[in-house]
Amino acid sequence: MAGWPILSITTFLPLVGALFILIIRGSKEDVDRNARNVALWTTLITFALSLFIWINFDPSNPNYQMVEKAEWIPAFKISYHMGVDGISVLFVILSTFLMPLCILASWESVQKRVKEYMVAFLVLETLMIGMFCALDFVLFYMFFEGVLIPMFLIIGVWGGPRRVYAAFKFFLYTLLGSVLMLLAILAMYFVAGTTDVPTITATAFPRSMQMWLWLAFFASFAVKVPMWPVHTWLPDAHVEAPTAGSVILAGVLLKMGGYGFLRFNIPILPEATEFFAPLVYTLSIVALVYTSLVALAQEDMKKLIAYSSVAHMGYVTVGMFTLNTQGIGGSIYQMLSHGVVSGALFLCVGVVYDRMHTREIAQYGGLVKLMPKYAVVFLFMTLASVGLPGTSGFIGEFLVLLGAFRDNTWVATLMALGLVLGAAYALLLYRRVVYGVITNPHVRSMFDLTPREVAVFVPLVIVVLWMGIYPNSFLSVPAASVEQLITVYQTKLAAAGNVAVAVR
Amino acid sequence: MEVLVVFLPLLAFLVAGAIAMLAKGPGEAHAHASHGHGHDDHGHDSHSHSHDAHGHDDHAADDHGHGHDDHHAPDWRDRVSQIVTCGAVLLAMVLSWALYLDVTGHNAPRTTVLFSWITSGAFDVSWTLRVDQLTAVMLIVVNTVSAMVHVYSVGYMSHDPQKPRFMAYLSLFTFFMLSLVTANDFVQMFFGWEGVGVASYLLINFWYEKKSANDASMKAFLVNRVGDFGFALGIFAIFVLTGSVQFDTVFAKAPELVNAKIHFLSWDFPALTCACLLLFMGAMGKSAQLGLHTWLPDAMEGPTPVSALIHAATMVTAGVFMVCRLSPVFEYAPGALQVVTVIGAMTAFVAATIGFTQFDIKRVIAYSTMSQLGYMFFAAGVSAYGAAMFHLFTHAFFKALLFLGAGSVIHALSGEQDMRNMGGVWSKIKITYALMWIGNLALAGLPFFAGFYSKDMILEAAFGAHSAVGKFAFWLGIAAAFMTAFYSWRLLFMTFHGKPRASKEVMDHVHESPWVMLIPLFVLALGAVFAGVLFHNNFVGEHRAEFWGKALFVLHDNDSIEKAHHGLPGWVPVMPLIVGLAGIALAYVLYMSIPSLPAKIAGVFRGVHQFFFHKWYFDELYDVLFVQPARKLGYGLWKSGDGALIDGVGPDGVAAATRDVAVRTARLQSGYVFHYAFAMVIGIVLLVIWLSIVG
Repeated sequence: MAGWPILSITTFLPLVGALFILIIRGSKEDVDRNARNVALWTTLITFALSLFIWINFDPSNPNYQMVEKAEWIPAFKISYHMGVDGISVLFVILSTFLMPLCILASWESVQKRVKEYMVAFLVLETLMIGMFCALDFVLFYMFFEGVLIPMFLIIGVWGGPRRVYAAFKFFLYTLLGSVLMLLAILAMYFVAGTTDVPTITATAFPRSMQMWLWLAFFASFAVKVPMWPVHTWLPDAHVEAPTAGSVILAGVLLKMGGYGFLRFNIPILPEATEFFAPLVYTLSIVALVYTSLVALAQEDMKKLIAYSSVAHMGYVTVGMFTLNTQGIGGSIYQMLSHGVVSGALFLCVGVVYDRMHTREIAQYGGLVKLMPKYAVVFLFMTLASVGLPGTSGFIGEFLVLLGAFRDNTWVATLMALGLVLGAAYALLLYRRVVYGVITNPHVRSMFDLTPREVAVFVPLVIVVLWMGIYPNSFLSVPAASVEQLITVYQTKLAAAGNVAVAVR
Repeated sequence: MEVLVVFLPLLAFLVAGAIAMLAKGPGEAHAHASHGHGHDDHGHDSHSHSHDAHGHDDHAADDHGHGHDDHHAPDWRDRVSQIVTCGAVLLAMVLSWALYLDVTGHNAPRTTVLFSWITSGAFDVSWTLRVDQLTAVMLIVVNTVSAMVHVYSVGYMSHDPQKPRFMAYLSLFTFFMLSLVTANDFVQMFFGWEGVGVASYLLINFWYEKKSANDASMKAFLVNRVGDFGFALGIFAIFVLTGSVQFDTVFAKAPELVNAKIHFLSWDFPALTCACLLLFMGAMGKSAQLGLHTWLPDAMEGPTPVSALIHAATMVTAGVFMVCRLSPVFEYAPGALQVVTVIGAMTAFVAATIGFTQFDIKRVIAYSTMSQLGYMFFAAGVSAYGAAMFHLFTHAFFKALLFLGAGSVIHALSGEQDMRNMGGVWSKIKITYALMWIGNLALAGLPFFAGFYSKDMILEAAFGAHSAVGKFAFWLGIAAAFMTAFYSWRLLFMTFHGKPRASKEVMDHVHESPWVMLIPLFVLALGAVFAGVLFHNNFVGEHRAEFWGKALFVLHDNDSIEKAHHGLPGWVPVMPLIVGLAGIALAYVLYMSIPSLPAKIAGVFRGVHQFFFHKWYFDELYDVLFVQPARKLGYGLWKSGDGALIDGVGPDGVAAATRDVAVRTARLQSGYVFHYAFAMVIGIVLLVIWLSIVG
């Protein structure tokens, strides 16, 4: 296995599946059925392959592994450079893990243009995996921006009534940020003479330039995360996106922002990182308190969960800018956990949406009576999102808060308010949807989870429990790379003549 | 053995939970194989006395209507779930008594590491079962009361269609409670801590169609979360100070940190006091101490066995357990101990004042629980940890007895909980009546009953501590003891004596509970009678040092139990008894001799009475301070923050502006040639000017 270009194979396998789907011919039913099956099998095989990446990965080695490098545009020293380290490898697994579940969740709910839908998802998968593996700025940028296109189509074509507004809002917001990142990449290229990420990481940029570069990257990643106040595209995008689109959006696309901070802002621009950390703290705290309160007032299930995503991602951004082991480790963990849990929550909304075709909270109530299995799954995921110990949500939140406390007790205290606020909106949603008396006659005709839906949720429940009870299988993977990241950051800062850092 | 003790209930939960979920939907009263053909339970078959029919009226019926002719014939699923859960917890009870004898008899604490949990840099915790003397005591309390409640529930819930779910929740709670008391580090304790919170949430909300139950369960969870907010910060502070969250490591480091400072928020605090106060915030939430107590009375929405197990005997005492467990840290944080004492004393007092104005039988007992928890805290606050644990131990028995006895009364009166609608039933339910007497005698601390030993010890220790806060606690405790005796006998008289105030149908129905409910009551009554006399020597007497071993730690100067044993003024030990008897006498006068008097007194002292009756207006205050603003702020931020401001200036604004510019540009395209020519001329002029300046 070692000699294979396993990263490239995993990355581009979904594209092969997409090509297969494109050449399917026949009656509509045949095409739809075959498209679904091909998509499911492709994503399953991709997931199986990606597990080999995990198996081959050596957690004690902090450097890039399974590296592939080939000349691409030698005139500009741009190369096809792929590799994973502890920070990125689990995101690859997260993407490949969620994908089959998304296909399965769309099995019946998508009836329109099934073929194109599946192609869009498979292309999206290639781009996501590629993004997490790319070690060349140009390659990275292509994947990073490319993701927008299938997602734009998924929202714009298969979305809800206001899908066009939402799709454009999503596209413009993220594009605006990305343009600035492109400028930053160009600027770096002119200094370093290459677009190779490891080489640029080893380059020292002058302080004033770091500030501008940092802000340019920040503009791009903050929109993706999303951080307050550039978060307003997210609720609209989620509300209009089809269920599986929301799952990928919350599960993987938001993580691209956090990943970008870890991969670029912190190691390449340490002085600016130190300078701007208070800004990130402030924005994250505002995001947490603000969006938690806003979530309390929501009347749409998906909007509520979307706002809760912004709040949860606030933990992520705080964690990584504490720049200590628990903070960064916790923020990576929080991203993984949020990917699974919020994905599952959107699937939970999807289940009832498929039956009632409304996401309005007030239309529901009393579901537990008719849908006991659903109630159990929904409760479990709600509690995981609240951060109950024993579920994945706890580990990330706790470590982030611990890391924050080590750095700044104000930040930790204010972020810990999320413990209360998060519980408030999550339980309020659950209570209004699941408990109470059935008042809406349409609810009476709802039925419990089908075997297909059970098959979607069981892996998610298992993973959430596993991540909560034995998190070390996931915590140990990035540990070495995180230590190295912190070391690189501190060494560079020290080299820059800043002494205050060594105390951390 | 400890592995079995802890995991048997979990196993039982999984079995019963699977039965509840897979065999039949919890919402479906009867085994309908298929879901979702839109039926509802309202009277769609002969068993129309199901919960739904009664659940919505306000006064409700903690236990829903008992039609005695239509006992739900329990099907095999109910039976299996009952046998599995009761069997598992009974076995766990036997094993935990064996463990107790082993650990305390041989002074042989032990620790079993299961597997690692979280490792992140220096932060390292494992799943561990720690059984020392303190844990052993908690194990017998938890498992004994839990086993009794499990068995009792078989009878109490016999009319409920969802027995497997109820039994599963009870077992789940037991598991979390056990993992709390066996924790060997702060984080696992937090795991159990939040876990019991969830179990409590589920059980309070067991009758999920009742709006009041929904509200109460959310309130319980959220108020506890406020406490946990402090708990979590406390854990972080401990980790920053000591570099560990393991109890033994932290305890070993505590003495070195006496004079350490911690920079918390923007100020420097004495390190340990700050950490302990944050941790104590968690204890205040879980143990319903003043300020974070508002959830406990509302939690009475849950079925009565739940109130007995969770909201009297075990979960609410977790805070006391925590302070005792952390005694090696609290001892070095004198400031924190003073706060604990004051809060505990005030809670004991305030809860008692509310207790004697309430009419709901369960709420009276709930306020009594809160008051007794206050006693335990101020005992711990004056470093009388043994006395706190002793009272926790005896209180678990007599308070569970009182709750289950009240449940038996409610059961007999077809779900009536308002004492104004009771009365005159003692001759019909003599066994329950006698058991309630035992419970109240123990609660009021009459000689030779359990509470006599533990409560007196607490008051003596508070006096013996010779500190201002100790004296403060002593006097408030004495006042609370008076009120305790008063409201206990008020409860007895109003419930059992006087003229029957219930309707005739209800009175005709009054019946003694079945044996499956009475036997657990007998066991608890044994505890209420003998737990004091048998254990006081070990817990607070001469043998206490050997008994507790290293599990409790008291600095020599702080040892208030020791001081209480020597040289207290003679009136101090008899004081609690005197005020107790006075309270009983007053209750007799007011509710037996001259039953019209209470209303008159309430009329005369209308302001005070209303203040007490409305629970010192805590709920209203919090509603105005926190709940309403949060709701309004959320709505306002959403509409004006996200909507008007960010989107208005941001994407929508830009889009609108673009549109405007486009419209204006279009207007410029007037179609007249001279307009264009004019524009071009101006352009050329400007270009020339610019070139001439720059060039």
